[in-house]
Amino acid sequence: MPQELSYLKESASQTAGPYVHIGLAPGAAGFDIYEHELGWDIAGPNAKGERIRIEGAVTDGMGSPIKDVLLEVWQANADGNFAHPEGGGPVEDGFRGWGRVITDFETGEWGFDTIKPGPCPGRNGGVQAPHLSLWLVSRGINIGLNTRMYFDDETDANAKDPVLNLIEWERRRATLIAKRRERDGKIVYRFDIKLQGEGETVFFDI
Amino acid sequence: MLKPGEYHQRDRDRQPPALTPDYKTSVSRSPQYALISLENTVSEITGPVFGQTDIDPLDKDLLHNYAKPGESAIGERIILHGRVLDENARPVPNTLIEIWQANAGGRYRHRKDTYLAPIDPNFGGCGRTLTDEEGYYHFRTVKPGAYPWRNRVNNWRPAHVHVSIFGSAFCQRLITQCYFEGDPLIPICPIVNTIPDPDAIAQLTAKLDLNATIPLDTIAYRFDIVLRGRRSTLFENRLEGN
Repeated sequence: MPQELSYLKESASQTAGPYVHIGLAPGAAGFDIYEHELGWDIAGPNAKGERIRIEGAVTDGMGSPIKDVLLEVWQANADGNFAHPEGGGPVEDGFRGWGRVITDFETGEWGFDTIKPGPCPGRNGGVQAPHLSLWLVSRGINIGLNTRMYFDDETDANAKDPVLNLIEWERRRATLIAKRRERDGKIVYRFDIKLQGEGETVFFDI
Repeated sequence: MLKPGEYHQRDRDRQPPALTPDYKTSVSRSPQYALISLENTVSEITGPVFGQTDIDPLDKDLLHNYAKPGESAIGERIILHGRVLDENARPVPNTLIEIWQANAGGRYRHRKDTYLAPIDPNFGGCGRTLTDEEGYYHFRTVKPGAYPWRNRVNNWRPAHVHVSIFGSAFCQRLITQCYFEGDPLIPICPIVNTIPDPDAIAQLTAKLDLNATIPLDTIAYRFDIVLRGRRSTLFENRLEGN
């Protein structure tokens, strides 16, 4: 027998279950306990860049909206910097770049306000098109699903994006691109996520 | 020039797959196509940073964080404590841990939970804390009750606490559940059994820790958590290193 390596093993994931809101968004579960619920303000008041809203729904393999999903968002600021010691550079005071999003219990629709991120560095000196990283958990999801959202008005940057180009099936790249429109003077992007079936969203093992 | 080290690939053989038919809800919520494997970029090796101003010291005391003054939650009083390490056995300091659970009767304080066990007016069921510099954390709470759930007609969840951990990178993000040693419901739970590896199930089972109890007051369970490890910081002229 060879020697044993001494690495520990990552703890296994378990579903967040239907009552994830109690822990991560107790207001939505129906009670008030924390002075500050985390993740409601992604960009803060001082962030540069275009103020946008992102909306969507998550649907299951039968096309039904999932009403108990929770999403987390992680993104760079308009300069392409992340609010992290290795994030590439400074961010505005109050910019966190992280948010928590829950769906409407009746309709399954979700939405959040943020700023549009800038391009950020890729591997080996490359550039990544503006994008948000998303992580989804819910009842029936055994291990959080990672995906990305890109912007449909970034055609050139998207065409060169190393991650989008990694997706061998070009048709599937479109599942990661949100559609921009204007509503009452506000910029709104629509991003629907399909967990399974026709038009299944691309998910990543990051 | 310093180049950030990458995180070890997630060991999917120890993690539950997306499709686990005995846990019925997974059937229509599991992607059918293979995940696209992504080498780490700055988007994955960074993640949100939290500090003491985000939380309140009382948040980690579930016996009292929702109780009326002078009262406390009903149930078996426990300390749930442990350490967050990465796969290299390095402590993960200052990371946010959030927990949620049913009360001692197995009932959640959630508008969607209709189980007949009563709500405890003094128990909210959620808590949060940051690990210390050495990766240690602790909560005070009650041991949750087992409860029935709709999967097959007669499925019961073992007593469990849901645990959410951030680590220092978005690719370390993890939600899991903490079980309690000796619970006969563990080996027959379809959610537990989504995990293919018995060692990985044992790793989610907290152990009675008599040394950490407060005699005549509160019993203790130890629950350590391991997040993905990271290669050492690399120099660009030494890409093989670790």
